[in-house]
Amino acid sequence: MRNVLAIAQRELNAYFASPIGYVMIGFFALLFGWFFYVPLAFFEQQSMGMGMNPNQTLNINQMIIGPTLMNTTVIMLFLFPLITMRTYAEEKRQGTIELLLTSPITDIQIILGKFLGAIALYACMLALTLIHLGILFIYGNPEWKPIVTGYLGLLLMGGCFLSVGLFISSLTKNQIVAAMATFAVFLMLWVINWIGQFVGPTMQTVLAYLSLTDHFDDFAKGVIDTKHVIYYLSFIAFGLFLTVKSVDSERWRG
Amino acid sequence: MIEVQHLSKRYGPVKAVDDVSFRAEAGEILGFLGPNGAGKTTTMRIITGYMPATEGKASVAGFDVFDHPLEAKKRTGYLPETPPLYPDMTVREYLNFVAKIKGIRADIRGQVDAVMKKTWVSDMGHRHCGKLSKGYKQRVGLAQALIHNPDVLVLDEPTAGLDPKQIIETRQLIRALAGSHTIILSTHILPEVSQTCQRVVIINKGKVVAIDTPEALTDQLRGAQSLIVQAQGPAEDIQRALQNVTGVTRVAVSETRDLTGTYQVDSDSGVDIRREVAATVVRGGWGLLELRPSRLSLEDVFLKLMTEENTEAAPPASETTESTEGANA
Repeated sequence: MRNVLAIAQRELNAYFASPIGYVMIGFFALLFGWFFYVPLAFFEQQSMGMGMNPNQTLNINQMIIGPTLMNTTVIMLFLFPLITMRTYAEEKRQGTIELLLTSPITDIQIILGKFLGAIALYACMLALTLIHLGILFIYGNPEWKPIVTGYLGLLLMGGCFLSVGLFISSLTKNQIVAAMATFAVFLMLWVINWIGQFVGPTMQTVLAYLSLTDHFDDFAKGVIDTKHVIYYLSFIAFGLFLTVKSVDSERWRG
Repeated sequence: MIEVQHLSKRYGPVKAVDDVSFRAEAGEILGFLGPNGAGKTTTMRIITGYMPATEGKASVAGFDVFDHPLEAKKRTGYLPETPPLYPDMTVREYLNFVAKIKGIRADIRGQVDAVMKKTWVSDMGHRHCGKLSKGYKQRVGLAQALIHNPDVLVLDEPTAGLDPKQIIETRQLIRALAGSHTIILSTHILPEVSQTCQRVVIINKGKVVAIDTPEALTDQLRGAQSLIVQAQGPAEDIQRALQNVTGVTRVAVSETRDLTGTYQVDSDSGVDIRREVAATVVRGGWGLLELRPSRLSLEDVFLKLMTEENTEAAPPASETTESTEGANA
Protein backbone atom coordinates (compact mmCIF):
# COMPACT_ATOMS: atom_id res chain seq x y z
CA MET A 1 0.00 0.00 0.00
CA ARG A 2 2.86 2.34 0.80
CA ASN A 3 4.26 1.72 -2.65
CA VAL A 4 0.89 2.51 -4.21
CA LEU A 5 0.69 5.75 -2.26
CA ALA A 6 4.26 6.70 -3.17
CA ILE A 7 3.43 6.29 -6.87
CA ALA A 8 0.09 8.09 -6.50
CA GLN A 9 1.74 10.99 -4.73
CA ARG A 10 4.39 11.30 -7.41
CA GLU A 11 1.72 11.24 -10.10
CA LEU A 12 -0.28 13.98 -8.41
CA ASN A 13 2.84 16.08 -7.83
CA ALA A 14 3.80 15.64 -11.48
CA TYR A 15 0.50 17.20 -12.57
CA PHE A 16 1.27 20.26 -10.48
CA ALA A 17 5.00 20.40 -11.22
CA SER A 18 4.09 21.28 -14.79
CA PRO A 19 1.33 23.64 -15.91
CA ILE A 20 -0.84 20.64 -16.90
CA GLY A 21 -2.59 20.34 -13.54
CA TYR A 22 -3.36 24.04 -13.24
CA VAL A 23 -4.53 24.43 -16.84
CA MET A 24 -6.69 21.37 -16.48
CA ILE A 25 -8.32 22.51 -13.25
CA GLY A 26 -8.70 26.05 -14.57
CA PHE A 27 -10.56 25.00 -17.70
CA PHE A 28 -12.61 22.49 -15.80
CA ALA A 29 -13.70 25.24 -13.41
CA LEU A 30 -14.48 27.59 -16.31
CA LEU A 31 -16.66 25.05 -18.11
CA PHE A 32 -18.32 23.88 -14.93
CA GLY A 33 -19.08 27.52 -14.09
CA TRP A 34 -20.75 27.92 -17.46
CA PHE A 35 -22.74 24.71 -17.15
CA PHE A 36 -23.80 25.89 -13.71
CA TYR A 37 -24.70 29.40 -14.72
CA VAL A 38 -27.01 28.55 -17.61
CA PRO A 39 -29.58 26.52 -15.61
CA LEU A 40 -29.19 28.99 -12.74
CA ALA A 41 -30.18 31.88 -14.98
CA PHE A 42 -33.11 29.88 -16.28
CA PHE A 43 -34.11 29.00 -12.74
CA GLU A 44 -33.93 32.64 -11.71
CA GLN A 45 -36.16 33.70 -14.60
CA GLN A 46 -38.65 30.96 -13.81
CA SER A 47 -38.79 31.79 -10.13
CA MET A 48 -39.55 35.42 -10.98
CA GLY A 49 -42.62 34.16 -12.81
CA MET A 50 -43.45 31.81 -9.99
CA GLY A 51 -43.44 34.71 -7.55
CA MET A 52 -46.91 35.55 -8.82
CA ASN A 53 -48.15 32.08 -7.89
CA PRO A 54 -47.23 31.15 -4.33
CA ASN A 55 -48.75 27.64 -4.45
CA GLN A 56 -46.01 26.19 -6.65
CA THR A 57 -42.33 25.81 -5.81
CA LEU A 58 -39.37 25.02 -8.04
CA ASN A 59 -36.92 22.26 -7.16
CA ILE A 60 -33.31 23.46 -7.14
CA ASN A 61 -31.98 19.91 -7.27
CA GLN A 62 -33.91 19.00 -10.36
CA MET A 63 -33.51 22.29 -12.15
CA ILE A 64 -29.93 23.26 -11.46
CA ILE A 65 -27.81 20.57 -9.83
CA GLY A 66 -29.04 17.61 -11.85
CA PRO A 67 -28.41 19.19 -15.28
CA THR A 68 -25.10 20.68 -14.19
CA LEU A 69 -23.75 17.33 -13.03
CA MET A 70 -24.98 15.65 -16.22
CA ASN A 71 -23.16 18.22 -18.29
CA THR A 72 -20.02 17.77 -16.25
CA THR A 73 -19.66 14.35 -17.82
CA VAL A 74 -19.11 16.13 -21.15
CA ILE A 75 -16.12 17.97 -19.71
CA MET A 76 -14.62 14.64 -18.72
CA LEU A 77 -14.95 13.40 -22.25
CA PHE A 78 -12.69 16.16 -23.49
CA LEU A 79 -10.30 16.68 -20.59
CA PHE A 80 -9.59 13.18 -19.41
CA PRO A 81 -7.67 12.00 -22.45
CA LEU A 82 -5.25 14.81 -21.64
CA ILE A 83 -4.87 13.61 -18.06
CA THR A 84 -4.22 9.98 -18.86
CA MET A 85 -2.20 10.37 -22.06
CA ARG A 86 1.04 10.93 -20.20
CA THR A 87 0.69 8.32 -17.45
CA TYR A 88 2.53 5.51 -19.22
CA ALA A 89 3.55 7.10 -22.48
CA GLU A 90 5.75 9.63 -20.70
CA GLU A 91 7.40 7.04 -18.46
CA LYS A 92 8.37 5.12 -21.55
CA ARG A 93 9.68 8.17 -23.36
CA GLN A 94 11.72 9.36 -20.37
CA GLY A 95 13.04 5.88 -19.64
CA THR A 96 11.73 6.11 -16.08
CA ILE A 97 9.67 3.02 -16.78
CA GLU A 98 12.98 1.15 -16.31
CA LEU A 99 13.18 2.50 -12.77
CA LEU A 100 9.61 1.44 -11.96
CA LEU A 101 9.86 -2.00 -13.49
CA THR A 102 13.18 -2.81 -11.81
CA SER A 103 12.06 -1.64 -8.37
CA PRO A 104 10.75 -4.11 -5.80
CA ILE A 105 7.12 -3.27 -6.52
CA THR A 106 4.53 -5.18 -8.53
CA ASP A 107 2.94 -4.02 -11.77
CA ILE A 108 -0.42 -3.88 -10.03
CA GLN A 109 0.96 -1.49 -7.41
CA ILE A 110 2.32 0.78 -10.14
CA ILE A 111 -0.99 0.79 -12.01
CA LEU A 112 -3.09 1.35 -8.91
CA GLY A 113 -0.78 4.19 -7.90
CA LYS A 114 -1.15 5.86 -11.26
CA PHE A 115 -4.90 5.37 -11.20
CA LEU A 116 -5.20 6.85 -7.71
CA GLY A 117 -3.01 9.80 -8.73
CA ALA A 118 -5.33 10.58 -11.65
CA ILE A 119 -8.42 10.14 -9.49
CA ALA A 120 -6.90 12.51 -6.94
CA LEU A 121 -6.45 15.19 -9.59
CA TYR A 122 -10.05 14.66 -10.65
CA ALA A 123 -11.15 14.93 -7.02
CA CYS A 124 -9.33 18.28 -6.82
CA MET A 125 -11.38 19.44 -9.80
CA LEU A 126 -14.62 18.28 -8.24
CA ALA A 127 -13.71 19.86 -4.92
CA LEU A 128 -13.57 23.25 -6.64
CA THR A 129 -17.15 22.88 -7.81
CA LEU A 130 -18.33 22.73 -4.22
CA ILE A 131 -18.03 26.53 -4.21
CA HIS A 132 -20.94 26.75 -6.66
CA LEU A 133 -23.05 24.44 -4.57
CA GLY A 134 -22.15 26.46 -1.50
CA ILE A 135 -23.74 29.48 -3.17
CA LEU A 136 -26.93 27.48 -3.70
CA PHE A 137 -26.98 26.50 -0.06
CA ILE A 138 -26.56 30.12 1.00
CA TYR A 139 -29.40 31.49 -1.13
CA GLY A 140 -31.62 28.44 -1.41
CA ASN A 141 -32.31 25.19 0.32
CA PRO A 142 -31.38 22.29 -1.95
CA GLU A 143 -31.46 18.72 -0.67
CA TRP A 144 -27.97 17.41 0.08
CA LYS A 145 -28.60 13.71 -0.53
CA PRO A 146 -28.97 13.82 -4.32
CA ILE A 147 -25.87 16.00 -4.40
CA VAL A 148 -23.83 13.38 -2.59
CA THR A 149 -25.06 10.60 -4.87
CA GLY A 150 -24.47 12.80 -7.90
CA TYR A 151 -20.85 13.38 -6.92
CA LEU A 152 -20.40 9.70 -6.16
CA GLY A 153 -21.69 8.94 -9.63
CA LEU A 154 -19.35 11.49 -11.18
CA LEU A 155 -16.40 10.00 -9.33
CA LEU A 156 -17.27 6.47 -10.42
CA MET A 157 -17.83 7.47 -14.01
CA GLY A 158 -14.61 9.46 -14.02
CA GLY A 159 -12.85 6.37 -12.67
CA CYS A 160 -14.11 4.39 -15.68
CA PHE A 161 -12.79 6.97 -18.11
CA LEU A 162 -9.46 7.13 -16.32
CA SER A 163 -9.00 3.36 -16.29
CA VAL A 164 -9.62 3.21 -20.04
CA GLY A 165 -7.25 6.13 -20.58
CA LEU A 166 -4.58 4.46 -18.47
CA PHE A 167 -4.88 1.31 -20.54
CA ILE A 168 -4.56 3.17 -23.83
CA SER A 169 -1.59 5.14 -22.53
CA SER A 170 0.14 1.88 -21.64
CA LEU A 171 -0.08 0.81 -25.27
CA THR A 172 2.01 3.58 -26.77
CA LYS A 173 5.08 5.72 -26.34
CA ASN A 174 3.44 8.65 -28.08
CA GLN A 175 1.28 10.95 -25.98
CA ILE A 176 -0.63 12.41 -28.93
CA VAL A 177 -1.58 8.95 -30.14
CA ALA A 178 -2.65 8.05 -26.61
CA ALA A 179 -4.81 11.17 -26.30
CA MET A 180 -6.51 10.73 -29.67
CA ALA A 181 -7.22 7.05 -29.20
CA THR A 182 -8.54 7.69 -25.70
CA PHE A 183 -10.83 10.42 -26.93
CA ALA A 184 -12.20 8.19 -29.69
CA VAL A 185 -12.87 5.35 -27.27
CA PHE A 186 -14.55 7.70 -24.77
CA LEU A 187 -16.80 9.05 -27.46
CA MET A 188 -17.63 5.56 -28.60
CA LEU A 189 -18.56 4.52 -25.06
CA TRP A 190 -20.69 7.63 -24.92
CA VAL A 191 -22.72 7.08 -28.06
CA ILE A 192 -22.67 3.31 -28.23
CA ASN A 193 -26.43 3.12 -27.58
CA TRP A 194 -27.36 5.50 -30.41
CA ILE A 195 -27.62 2.59 -32.76
CA GLY A 196 -29.88 0.83 -30.25
CA GLN A 197 -33.16 1.28 -32.11
CA PHE A 198 -31.83 -0.35 -35.28
CA VAL A 199 -30.35 -3.51 -33.85
CA GLY A 200 -33.28 -5.20 -32.21
CA PRO A 201 -34.48 -5.21 -28.61
CA THR A 202 -31.89 -7.61 -27.13
CA MET A 203 -28.94 -5.79 -28.60
CA GLN A 204 -30.51 -2.50 -27.63
CA THR A 205 -30.58 -3.51 -23.97
CA VAL A 206 -27.00 -4.70 -24.15
CA LEU A 207 -25.79 -1.49 -25.74
CA ALA A 208 -27.75 0.66 -23.35
CA TYR A 209 -26.16 -1.27 -20.53
CA LEU A 210 -22.69 -0.67 -21.95
CA SER A 211 -23.16 3.06 -22.34
CA LEU A 212 -21.32 4.85 -19.55
CA THR A 213 -23.70 7.80 -19.39
CA ASP A 214 -26.96 5.87 -19.04
CA HIS A 215 -25.82 4.54 -15.71
CA PHE A 216 -25.29 8.03 -14.42
CA ASP A 217 -28.94 9.14 -14.64
CA ASP A 218 -29.99 7.47 -11.40
CA PHE A 219 -27.07 8.94 -9.49
CA ALA A 220 -28.05 12.43 -10.66
CA LYS A 221 -31.59 11.80 -9.44
CA GLY A 222 -30.35 10.85 -5.99
CA VAL A 223 -30.69 7.09 -6.31
CA ILE A 224 -27.84 4.70 -5.55
CA ASP A 225 -28.67 1.53 -7.41
CA THR A 226 -26.16 -1.26 -6.74
CA LYS A 227 -26.57 -2.30 -10.37
CA HIS A 228 -24.92 0.92 -11.49
CA VAL A 229 -22.30 0.89 -8.76
CA ILE A 230 -21.32 -2.63 -9.74
CA TYR A 231 -21.28 -1.68 -13.39
CA TYR A 232 -18.89 1.20 -12.77
CA LEU A 233 -16.66 -0.72 -10.37
CA SER A 234 -16.38 -3.71 -12.68
CA PHE A 235 -15.69 -1.36 -15.59
CA ILE A 236 -12.81 0.21 -13.64
CA ALA A 237 -11.49 -3.20 -12.61
CA PHE A 238 -11.60 -4.36 -16.22
CA GLY A 239 -9.75 -1.28 -17.44
CA LEU A 240 -7.04 -1.76 -14.83
CA PHE A 241 -6.85 -5.46 -15.62
CA LEU A 242 -6.25 -4.67 -19.29
CA THR A 243 -3.52 -2.24 -18.24
CA VAL A 244 -1.81 -4.93 -16.14
CA LYS A 245 -1.91 -7.29 -19.11
CA SER A 246 -0.64 -4.66 -21.49
CA VAL A 247 2.31 -3.78 -19.24
CA ASP A 248 3.07 -7.44 -18.78
CA SER A 249 2.99 -8.20 -22.48
CA GLU A 250 5.20 -5.21 -23.17
CA ARG A 251 7.74 -6.78 -20.82
CA TRP A 252 7.77 -10.01 -22.77
CA ARG A 253 8.05 -8.30 -26.09
CA GLY A 254 10.79 -6.03 -24.82
CA MET B 1 26.32 -13.43 -6.29
CA ILE B 2 25.08 -13.07 -9.83
CA GLU B 3 24.56 -16.21 -11.81
CA VAL B 4 23.44 -16.34 -15.40
CA GLN B 5 22.83 -19.70 -17.03
CA HIS B 6 22.15 -20.34 -20.71
CA LEU B 7 20.29 -17.10 -21.09
CA SER B 8 18.60 -16.39 -24.42
CA LYS B 9 16.33 -13.59 -25.52
CA ARG B 10 14.50 -13.37 -28.80
CA TYR B 11 12.84 -10.31 -30.25
CA GLY B 12 10.67 -11.98 -32.84
CA PRO B 13 13.06 -13.71 -35.20
CA VAL B 14 16.12 -11.85 -33.88
CA LYS B 15 18.12 -13.52 -31.17
CA ALA B 16 19.53 -10.64 -29.13
CA VAL B 17 21.12 -12.84 -26.50
CA ASP B 18 22.13 -16.39 -27.32
CA ASP B 19 23.00 -18.90 -24.61
CA VAL B 20 24.93 -16.56 -22.35
CA SER B 21 26.32 -17.97 -19.11
CA PHE B 22 28.59 -16.36 -16.57
CA ARG B 23 28.81 -15.65 -12.88
CA ALA B 24 30.09 -12.83 -10.74
CA GLU B 25 31.45 -13.52 -7.27
CA ALA B 26 30.63 -11.32 -4.29
CA GLY B 27 32.55 -8.07 -4.25
CA GLU B 28 33.81 -8.42 -7.78
CA ILE B 29 33.63 -5.92 -10.65
CA LEU B 30 32.71 -7.76 -13.80
CA GLY B 31 33.15 -5.93 -17.08
CA PHE B 32 30.70 -6.55 -19.84
CA LEU B 33 32.38 -5.68 -23.06
CA GLY B 34 31.03 -5.69 -26.57
CA PRO B 35 30.28 -3.54 -29.58
CA ASN B 36 27.01 -1.65 -29.78
CA GLY B 37 24.10 -4.00 -30.28
CA ALA B 38 25.95 -7.02 -28.90
CA GLY B 39 23.26 -7.79 -26.32
CA LYS B 40 24.78 -6.12 -23.28
CA THR B 41 21.74 -4.04 -22.41
CA THR B 42 19.35 -6.91 -23.00
CA THR B 43 21.33 -9.17 -20.68
CA MET B 44 21.38 -6.48 -18.02
CA ARG B 45 17.66 -5.87 -18.37
CA ILE B 46 17.03 -9.54 -17.78
CA ILE B 47 19.25 -9.60 -14.69
CA THR B 48 17.48 -6.57 -13.26
CA GLY B 49 14.05 -8.07 -13.89
CA TYR B 50 13.01 -5.45 -16.45
CA MET B 51 12.16 -8.16 -18.93
CA PRO B 52 11.99 -11.93 -18.77
CA ALA B 53 14.36 -14.17 -20.72
CA THR B 54 13.10 -16.41 -23.50
CA GLU B 55 15.20 -19.25 -22.15
CA GLY B 56 17.64 -19.79 -19.33
CA LYS B 57 17.95 -18.50 -15.80
CA ALA B 58 19.41 -15.58 -13.97
CA SER B 59 19.69 -15.17 -10.24
CA VAL B 60 20.80 -12.40 -7.94
CA ALA B 61 22.00 -13.22 -4.42
CA GLY B 62 20.44 -16.65 -4.73
CA PHE B 63 17.03 -15.38 -5.85
CA ASP B 64 15.82 -16.26 -9.31
CA VAL B 65 14.86 -13.01 -11.02
CA PHE B 66 11.84 -14.60 -12.63
CA ASP B 67 10.49 -16.72 -9.77
CA HIS B 68 11.23 -14.28 -6.95
CA PRO B 69 11.36 -10.90 -8.67
CA LEU B 70 10.70 -8.76 -5.59
CA GLU B 71 13.43 -10.40 -3.51
CA ALA B 72 15.90 -10.15 -6.37
CA LYS B 73 14.99 -6.54 -7.14
CA LYS B 74 15.42 -5.53 -3.49
CA ARG B 75 19.03 -6.61 -3.81
CA THR B 76 19.73 -5.02 -7.16
CA GLY B 77 20.54 -1.44 -8.07
CA TYR B 78 20.30 -0.60 -11.75
CA LEU B 79 21.56 2.35 -13.71
CA PRO B 80 20.14 2.12 -17.23
CA GLU B 81 21.89 3.66 -20.21
CA THR B 82 19.83 6.84 -19.85
CA PRO B 83 19.46 7.70 -16.15
CA PRO B 84 15.75 7.23 -15.34
CA LEU B 85 15.07 10.72 -13.99
CA TYR B 86 11.81 12.66 -13.79
CA PRO B 87 12.72 16.08 -15.21
CA ASP B 88 10.08 17.90 -13.15
CA MET B 89 11.33 16.65 -9.80
CA THR B 90 14.19 18.10 -7.81
CA VAL B 91 17.06 15.77 -7.06
CA ARG B 92 16.00 15.40 -3.45
CA GLU B 93 12.33 14.81 -4.28
CA TYR B 94 13.38 12.26 -6.82
CA LEU B 95 15.65 10.37 -4.46
CA ASN B 96 12.96 10.45 -1.77
CA PHE B 97 10.54 8.88 -4.21
CA VAL B 98 13.05 6.23 -5.26
CA ALA B 99 13.82 5.45 -1.61
CA LYS B 100 10.13 4.82 -1.01
CA ILE B 101 9.57 2.51 -3.95
CA LYS B 102 12.81 0.66 -3.18
CA GLY B 103 11.28 -0.27 0.14
CA ILE B 104 13.20 1.99 2.50
CA ARG B 105 10.91 2.71 5.44
CA ALA B 106 13.06 4.22 8.15
CA ASP B 107 15.20 7.34 7.96
CA ILE B 108 14.64 8.09 4.29
CA ARG B 109 16.16 11.52 4.78
CA GLY B 110 19.36 10.10 6.24
CA GLN B 111 19.70 7.57 3.45
CA VAL B 112 19.14 10.20 0.78
CA ASP B 113 21.71 12.49 2.38
CA ALA B 114 24.24 9.68 2.59
CA VAL B 115 23.83 8.62 -1.01
CA MET B 116 23.95 12.20 -2.26
CA LYS B 117 27.22 12.68 -0.44
CA LYS B 118 28.61 9.45 -1.84
CA THR B 119 27.85 10.44 -5.42
CA TRP B 120 28.81 14.12 -5.00
CA VAL B 121 25.42 15.62 -5.70
CA SER B 122 24.79 17.15 -2.26
CA ASP B 123 24.94 20.67 -3.68
CA MET B 124 22.30 19.87 -6.31
CA GLY B 125 19.48 18.78 -3.99
CA HIS B 126 17.12 21.56 -5.04
CA ARG B 127 17.94 21.53 -8.74
CA HIS B 128 15.38 20.00 -11.09
CA CYS B 129 16.58 16.75 -12.61
CA GLY B 130 15.77 18.00 -16.11
CA LYS B 131 18.11 20.96 -15.68
CA LEU B 132 21.17 18.96 -14.64
CA SER B 133 24.21 18.55 -16.84
CA LYS B 134 24.85 15.12 -18.31
CA GLY B 135 27.48 14.39 -15.68
CA TYR B 136 25.18 15.23 -12.80
CA LYS B 137 22.34 13.27 -14.35
CA GLN B 138 24.60 10.26 -14.45
CA ARG B 139 25.55 10.75 -10.80
CA VAL B 140 21.95 11.11 -9.69
CA GLY B 141 21.27 7.95 -11.69
CA LEU B 142 24.03 6.26 -9.75
CA ALA B 143 22.63 7.63 -6.47
CA GLN B 144 19.26 6.16 -7.41
CA ALA B 145 20.85 2.75 -7.98
CA LEU B 146 22.74 2.89 -4.67
CA ILE B 147 20.06 4.25 -2.40
CA HIS B 148 18.82 0.97 -0.96
CA ASN B 149 22.36 -0.29 -0.51
CA PRO B 150 21.93 -3.26 -2.85
CA ASP B 151 24.21 -6.29 -2.95
CA VAL B 152 24.40 -6.08 -6.71
CA LEU B 153 24.89 -3.06 -8.91
CA VAL B 154 24.17 -3.26 -12.61
CA LEU B 155 25.55 -0.28 -14.48
CA ASP B 156 24.86 0.13 -18.17
CA GLU B 157 27.62 2.28 -19.66
CA PRO B 158 28.06 4.39 -16.54
CA THR B 159 30.68 6.67 -18.09
CA ALA B 160 29.00 7.28 -21.45
CA GLY B 161 28.73 10.95 -22.25
CA LEU B 162 30.86 12.21 -19.37
CA ASP B 163 33.87 14.47 -19.69
CA PRO B 164 37.32 13.00 -18.94
CA LYS B 165 37.43 14.31 -15.39
CA GLN B 166 33.99 12.94 -14.61
CA ILE B 167 34.95 9.62 -16.19
CA ILE B 168 37.93 9.30 -13.86
CA GLU B 169 35.81 10.27 -10.85
CA THR B 170 33.07 7.83 -11.76
CA ARG B 171 35.57 5.02 -12.20
CA GLN B 172 37.06 5.82 -8.80
CA LEU B 173 33.62 5.74 -7.28
CA ILE B 174 32.85 2.40 -8.89
CA ARG B 175 36.14 0.93 -7.68
CA ALA B 176 35.40 2.21 -4.19
CA LEU B 177 32.01 0.53 -4.27
CA ALA B 178 33.42 -2.89 -5.14
CA GLY B 179 33.90 -5.12 -2.17
CA SER B 180 30.67 -4.11 -0.49
CA HIS B 181 28.77 -4.50 -3.75
CA THR B 182 29.05 -6.89 -6.65
CA ILE B 183 29.16 -4.84 -9.80
CA ILE B 184 28.39 -5.62 -13.41
CA LEU B 185 29.41 -2.82 -15.68
CA SER B 186 28.89 -2.69 -19.39
CA THR B 187 30.97 -0.62 -21.70
CA HIS B 188 32.36 -0.48 -25.16
CA ILE B 189 35.35 1.52 -24.01
CA LEU B 190 38.26 -0.85 -23.65
CA PRO B 191 40.60 0.99 -21.29
CA GLU B 192 37.71 1.25 -18.90
CA VAL B 193 37.65 -2.50 -18.51
CA SER B 194 41.36 -2.88 -17.86
CA GLN B 195 41.19 0.00 -15.38
CA THR B 196 38.14 -0.94 -13.37
CA CYS B 197 37.25 -4.58 -13.82
CA GLN B 198 38.67 -7.72 -12.32
CA ARG B 199 37.13 -9.94 -14.92
CA VAL B 200 35.78 -9.37 -18.39
CA VAL B 201 32.99 -11.01 -20.32
CA ILE B 202 33.36 -10.24 -23.98
CA ILE B 203 30.11 -10.55 -25.85
CA ASN B 204 29.43 -10.21 -29.54
CA LYS B 205 26.19 -10.73 -31.43
CA GLY B 206 24.53 -12.13 -28.34
CA LYS B 207 27.19 -14.75 -27.66
CA VAL B 208 29.91 -14.86 -25.05
CA VAL B 209 33.24 -14.80 -26.86
CA ALA B 210 35.55 -14.92 -23.85
CA ILE B 211 35.52 -14.67 -20.06
CA ASP B 212 38.76 -14.00 -18.20
CA THR B 213 40.83 -11.38 -16.44
CA PRO B 214 41.97 -8.52 -18.68
CA GLU B 215 45.63 -9.62 -18.27
CA ALA B 216 44.97 -13.25 -19.06
CA LEU B 217 43.03 -12.29 -22.14
CA THR B 218 45.93 -10.25 -23.48
CA ASP B 219 48.43 -13.00 -22.69
CA GLN B 220 46.35 -15.75 -24.12
CA LEU B 221 45.80 -13.95 -27.35
CA ARG B 222 49.32 -12.78 -27.89
CA GLY B 223 50.14 -16.24 -29.26
CA ALA B 224 52.80 -15.45 -31.79
CA GLN B 225 55.36 -13.02 -30.44
CA SER B 226 56.48 -9.92 -32.10
CA LEU B 227 59.26 -7.40 -31.60
CA ILE B 228 59.38 -3.73 -32.36
CA VAL B 229 62.76 -2.78 -33.79
CA GLN B 230 63.88 0.72 -34.56
CA ALA B 231 67.02 0.96 -36.67
CA GLN B 232 68.89 3.49 -38.76
CA GLY B 233 69.74 2.49 -42.31
CA PRO B 234 68.28 1.70 -45.73
CA ALA B 235 64.85 0.17 -45.12
CA GLU B 236 64.96 -2.54 -47.80
CA ASP B 237 68.35 -3.85 -46.69
CA ILE B 238 67.33 -4.02 -43.08
CA GLN B 239 64.04 -5.69 -43.90
CA ARG B 240 65.78 -8.29 -46.06
CA ALA B 241 68.39 -8.98 -43.41
CA LEU B 242 65.80 -9.39 -40.68
CA GLN B 243 63.75 -11.68 -42.85
CA ASN B 244 66.70 -14.08 -43.00
CA VAL B 245 66.99 -14.48 -39.25
CA THR B 246 65.89 -17.98 -38.25
CA GLY B 247 62.48 -18.07 -36.64
CA VAL B 248 61.23 -14.84 -38.16
CA THR B 249 57.95 -15.25 -39.98
CA ARG B 250 57.26 -11.72 -41.13
CA VAL B 251 58.88 -8.31 -41.11
CA ALA B 252 56.72 -5.26 -41.59
CA VAL B 253 57.92 -1.70 -41.92
CA SER B 254 55.58 0.39 -39.88
CA GLU B 255 57.23 3.79 -40.12
CA THR B 256 60.23 5.37 -41.78
CA ARG B 257 61.53 8.85 -41.32
CA ASP B 258 64.80 9.90 -42.99
CA LEU B 259 66.96 6.85 -42.40
CA THR B 260 65.25 5.71 -39.22
CA GLY B 261 62.72 2.94 -39.61
CA THR B 262 60.46 1.08 -37.23
CA TYR B 263 59.94 -2.59 -38.00
CA GLN B 264 57.59 -5.11 -36.58
CA VAL B 265 59.23 -8.52 -36.52
CA ASP B 266 56.93 -11.49 -35.95
CA SER B 267 58.23 -14.88 -34.96
CA ASP B 268 57.00 -18.33 -34.04
CA SER B 269 55.98 -18.51 -30.44
CA GLY B 270 58.55 -20.03 -28.11
CA VAL B 271 61.55 -18.88 -30.12
CA ASP B 272 63.56 -16.05 -28.66
CA ILE B 273 64.91 -14.08 -31.57
CA ARG B 274 65.97 -10.93 -29.76
CA ARG B 275 69.65 -11.78 -29.62
CA GLU B 276 69.82 -12.69 -33.32
CA VAL B 277 67.84 -9.65 -34.41
CA ALA B 278 70.11 -7.34 -32.45
CA ALA B 279 73.22 -9.02 -33.83
CA THR B 280 71.93 -8.82 -37.40
CA VAL B 281 71.26 -5.10 -37.18
CA VAL B 282 74.62 -4.38 -35.61
CA ARG B 283 76.47 -6.65 -38.05
CA GLY B 284 74.92 -4.75 -40.95
CA GLY B 285 76.40 -1.56 -39.58
CA TRP B 286 73.00 0.03 -38.99
CA GLY B 287 72.27 1.82 -35.76
CA LEU B 288 70.03 -0.15 -33.41
CA LEU B 289 67.92 2.50 -31.65
CA GLU B 290 65.25 0.42 -30.02
CA LEU B 291 64.31 -3.19 -29.47
CA ARG B 292 61.26 -4.13 -27.46
CA PRO B 293 58.60 -6.80 -27.32
CA SER B 294 55.27 -5.60 -28.57
CA ARG B 295 52.30 -6.14 -26.27
CA LEU B 296 48.83 -6.61 -27.53
CA SER B 297 46.57 -4.10 -25.85
CA LEU B 298 43.13 -5.15 -24.78
CA GLU B 299 41.95 -3.26 -27.79
CA ASP B 300 43.88 -5.61 -30.07
CA VAL B 301 42.49 -8.59 -28.21
CA PHE B 302 39.01 -7.30 -28.59
CA LEU B 303 39.40 -6.66 -32.28
CA LYS B 304 41.03 -10.00 -32.75
CA LEU B 305 38.20 -11.81 -30.99
CA MET B 306 35.66 -9.90 -32.99
CA THR B 307 37.38 -10.65 -36.29
CA GLU B 308 37.80 -14.33 -35.47
CA GLU B 309 34.12 -14.43 -34.77
CA ASN B 310 33.47 -12.63 -38.02
CA THR B 311 35.56 -14.90 -40.21
CA GLU B 312 33.79 -17.89 -38.74
CA ALA B 313 30.44 -16.59 -39.69
CA ALA B 314 31.64 -14.91 -42.90
CA PRO B 315 29.51 -11.82 -42.41
CA PRO B 316 29.03 -8.85 -44.71
CA ALA B 317 31.65 -6.15 -44.52
CA SER B 318 29.35 -3.71 -42.77
CA GLU B 319 29.36 -5.75 -39.60
CA THR B 320 33.14 -5.76 -39.47
CA THR B 321 33.13 -1.99 -39.57
CA GLU B 322 30.54 -1.94 -36.86
CA SER B 323 32.67 -3.90 -34.44
CA THR B 324 35.65 -1.71 -35.26
CA GLU B 325 33.58 1.35 -34.52
CA GLY B 326 32.46 -0.15 -31.26
CA ALA B 327 36.05 -0.80 -30.29
CA ASN B 328 37.24 2.67 -31.10
CA ALA B 329 34.37 4.65 -29.70
